[in-house]
Amino acid sequence: MSSAQAAAKIMSFDETTRRRLIETVARRVIAHADELTALDQAIGDGDHGVNMKRGFEAVLADIDSHAAKPLPDALKAIGMALVMKVGGASGPLYGTLFMALGKELPAEPTIADAARALGAAIDAVKARGKSEVGQKTMLDVLAPVREALAAEKDPVAAANAAAEATIPVKAVRGRASFLGDRSIGHMDPGARSSALMIAAVADVLEGR
Amino acid sequence: MTANVGIVIVSHSAEVARGTADMVRQMVGDEVPLAFCGGDPGGGLGTNVESIMNAIDQAWSDKGVAILVDLGGAETNSEMAIEMQPPERQGRIVVCNAPIVEGAVMAATEASGGAGLADVKRTAEELYPG
Repeated sequence: MSSAQAAAKIMSFDETTRRRLIETVARRVIAHADELTALDQAIGDGDHGVNMKRGFEAVLADIDSHAAKPLPDALKAIGMALVMKVGGASGPLYGTLFMALGKELPAEPTIADAARALGAAIDAVKARGKSEVGQKTMLDVLAPVREALAAEKDPVAAANAAAEATIPVKAVRGRASFLGDRSIGHMDPGARSSALMIAAVADVLEGR
Repeated sequence: MTANVGIVIVSHSAEVARGTADMVRQMVGDEVPLAFCGGDPGGGLGTNVESIMNAIDQAWSDKGVAILVDLGGAETNSEMAIEMQPPERQGRIVVCNAPIVEGAVMAATEASGGAGLADVKRTAEELYPG
């Protein structure tokens, strides 16, 4: 078992921890906005970084209210903020992910809870995006992360490897699909933003 | 109560949405409740749930609302906006699988004759034969 798993099992998701999780995830996404936009300019419409930055700035603006809520309610509130503020297809997709996690997670989740909740959230994102794993989307990162959690393996390594693995895949969903074979050779922006968030969560839970 | 199905136009571009609505008004007239929206929450190209919800309110009819969209994000955001409607509206809002300009004109033409929501949707979608 890694230190992340040990820490997550004994960690209390109190207000201080919730605030650090929200801040770290939001700031990580905002700090990588230019990179996400560059990835999206290659295969999408070039707005992923800008959209995600706007959404997570809105989350940070309400951090006192979000952090004061128990984990499930905080996740639902953050999901709603992302739906309203991100725009594009990523707003409803990430909003659905956070709201589904809020619905499924207990206030003090274990690793097993996280794996089960992420499985349900992945199903919700699949339904929202009408997509499956292997189609060069955020699902290509989330599904291996769920498997890593269920097997008590390192979710960050799984996320980063999975994001890299989207590079040679041909997109069949979203605007990247219009490019056909030209989408091959670029990392999917949604896969990258998902991997960034997974790493940010792990950093907080491992005490980095 | 409005007698006809309402039409909502959701484009990534506010100008495309407005232009499509102008065409509907000129070609079909004023008997159909009509609303449009385009642009992301920051004012750039894109779509957003909040303005789609507002457009549904504007075009609301007890016979329902048919939504015409352009690209993928418009569809995803429209489906999200539908889910966030009150329960009594659920099932009376549909997204048409049709090209936005032609679909809006066809849907509005069908709606202006008093057709129900299913017929309005079907007429718009006949633009994609097979």
